[in-house]
Amino acid sequence: MTSVGLHHFVLLSAVLFSLGIACAIARRNAVAILVGIELMLNAAALNLAAFSRFGALRAEGQLFVLFVIVLAAAEAVVGLALILAIHRRLRSVDVHRADSLKG
Amino acid sequence: MTEFRLLWLIPLLPLLGAFLSGAFGYRLQRRFGERAVAVVSVGLPWLAFGAAAWALLRLLSQGDVHALGARLWTWIAVGGLKVELALHMDRLSGMMAVMITLVGSLIHVYSIGYMKKDEGFWRFFAFLNLFLFAMLTLVLAGNLLLLFVGWEGVGLCSYLLIGFWYRDLKNARAGMKAFVVNRIGDFGFLAGMLVLFWGLGGSWSEAGYRPGEFFSLDFAELPRLLSGAAQRTLWGVPVPTLAGVLFFVGACGKSAQIPLYVWLPDAMAGPTPVSALIHAATMVTAGVYLVARLNFLYLASPTAMTVVAVVGAATALFAATIGCVQNDIKKVLAYSTISQLGYMFVGVGVGAYWAGAYHLLTHAFFKACLFLGAGSVILAMHHEQDMQKMGGLGRVMPFTRWTYWYACVAITGLPLASGFFSKDEILWQAYNTAGLGVPGWFLWLLLFLGAGLTSFYMWRSYFLTFTGQTVKIHGEEPEEQRPVITGVLAVLAVGAGVLMFVGLPEAWLGAPPAFEQYLEPVFKHGGLARVYPAGQGHGVELLLMLASVAVAAIGLGLAWWFYRGRSSAVPERLRAAFPRLHRLVQDKYYVDETYDAAVVQPTLELSRAASWFDSRIIDGLVNLSGGVTRLLAFLDGAIDKYLVDGLVNGLARLVRAAGAAARRWQTGRLPNYLAGLALGTIVLFALVRLLQAALGW
Repeated sequence: MTSVGLHHFVLLSAVLFSLGIACAIARRNAVAILVGIELMLNAAALNLAAFSRFGALRAEGQLFVLFVIVLAAAEAVVGLALILAIHRRLRSVDVHRADSLKG
Repeated sequence: MTEFRLLWLIPLLPLLGAFLSGAFGYRLQRRFGERAVAVVSVGLPWLAFGAAAWALLRLLSQGDVHALGARLWTWIAVGGLKVELALHMDRLSGMMAVMITLVGSLIHVYSIGYMKKDEGFWRFFAFLNLFLFAMLTLVLAGNLLLLFVGWEGVGLCSYLLIGFWYRDLKNARAGMKAFVVNRIGDFGFLAGMLVLFWGLGGSWSEAGYRPGEFFSLDFAELPRLLSGAAQRTLWGVPVPTLAGVLFFVGACGKSAQIPLYVWLPDAMAGPTPVSALIHAATMVTAGVYLVARLNFLYLASPTAMTVVAVVGAATALFAATIGCVQNDIKKVLAYSTISQLGYMFVGVGVGAYWAGAYHLLTHAFFKACLFLGAGSVILAMHHEQDMQKMGGLGRVMPFTRWTYWYACVAITGLPLASGFFSKDEILWQAYNTAGLGVPGWFLWLLLFLGAGLTSFYMWRSYFLTFTGQTVKIHGEEPEEQRPVITGVLAVLAVGAGVLMFVGLPEAWLGAPPAFEQYLEPVFKHGGLARVYPAGQGHGVELLLMLASVAVAAIGLGLAWWFYRGRSSAVPERLRAAFPRLHRLVQDKYYVDETYDAAVVQPTLELSRAASWFDSRIIDGLVNLSGGVTRLLAFLDGAIDKYLVDGLVNGLARLVRAAGAAARRWQTGRLPNYLAGLALGTIVLFALVRLLQAALGW
């Protein structure tokens, strides 16, 4: 039985990030996109925590994780507010319908 | 010189009148009738007369003062030249101002009657007031330049008033002729001023002309400047002679002397009060006034004096001969005016300035009286001016008749009227002249013959008009005019009589005439008023006086014999005996025709040639250059249109196509952007790896 090492965490993080980005790209529901973004952020946070445990980073790693959590909360607030605004306007949260940036 | 600011009132009051009737006269006349216009524009000249008389009395009350002055401000200051806007009243200009305002105001009163029911009533009075303003500026001017302003102003008013009834082409033509002929004279005046400036203001040396330190056109300064430069010459001619002759050319134009007299007979086209005021009493005497004003200049040049005297004497006789055969009553008076102006020029030309000025003064009264009498006759005859169609008016128009009679006595030089004294003084002074380029007796002879002719033609006009069978106009006898007309005639006739008391000759009283003493301060430049005396005794003077009374009586007798009662056949027989001579004189010696052929037609030809050159050559060149420009512009336009625009449009099209291609990427869908982001990141990473591998890091 091999012990859990750095590369396990990094691998998990990569999987989480890939799932997150796939979710963000593929889903049409804005809330699901927000969930995907949350996944990506947490993948990054997991990486930082792992580096803090096994790598060269020390307390800074933990600190960055805290920042990422706060950032994610703030991002969720802003994102949800945007989604609410879009919903109010379009009566839907389908991002394909919010295409007024189309050239 | 004493400062007396109120001098400005004299010219400015008529100017105010001109403004009021010019600006508001039309409405006043429509609203309140002619009377309202008359009150303004006749009242103000009378006020000006009051001001002039007041100023003259003030001048006379200050015995040792030679002149009153009124300076407003410096008008022109260029280099050494300084011209003030200043009036100047000495005894000569004071006399002129009083005469002009008095005779002018009387004629204004007369015009109320004469211009009655004319739709241009207000316009007439506006012009007449403006004329008074210009004339008063002329005589009261303190320097030559301001005098020139008045000089041009009276010319303008003369033009406006000759062509007053401008709907008739003949009148408009006469006005134009007067103006153009006067321009020739004005050129002389201007050239005279420039010669004075050139000759007196600077100095000549080998190196050329150098402007002087000080120059003035002021009448008070000019004599002093001239006395320092009397020996100077321009083009070999002494400055005083050149300037004197040039100024006299100006005087010839304004005062209708040979060779520029031709405009005055035509000027009779204007209303009769205009003929009386402008073309007899005041404006035409401006030339005489100018020569008298510039006496210091003429005294410095016997040659110029000779020119003045000879031209004056020749004009006096020449115009008198034409007057003998004219049938238009106003034309007779016009030629008589030209002739009388000739007498005045002889007076000032031989240096007897006071005699010329005296004749000017008396002439203003009796000639105005004659003209206004003629106007009264013309009104009664319903604007008929041909004396052959008149006759017997004396019975129905006693007032007009007797004033006309008295004025005839005055002009023909019969005793007991002022004309006798003024004309005889000129004749005597002409005879009593030595030292000029022409003998005194010769001048006297011309004037003497002229006096005989004057007597003949004036009495001829009197007998033709007032004696014989009374004519009928439309079956009715003509009637005497209203008191506003006859009253003025009476005042002028009285003036023509009273004035004789200031000119009683030295041969009678033993002392110089009162008028000579009055004007002495103006003309005594370091000597006597008389300049070139021949020193004849008073016995000769009395003899000459008898001779001129005799010749006037002969003229009267002939006229009486020929024309009294219009019954004699003598004039017809004379005409038949000398048909060619009669035609020659009646057609005025063909002077107008000569001028027409010598000056007018060549000028017209020249202008026609210039017009041809203009329309063919100049216009052709202009059109050619226009065509070339159009061709060039067409080429330039083509280049612009196809080359430059093609480039610009091509660029625009390219940008547009690129934009159309690029906009496809801009789907507006969030997942697409996100996918792009992810793909981009991956590609970048891959790139970095590849580069690292390739470069071996």
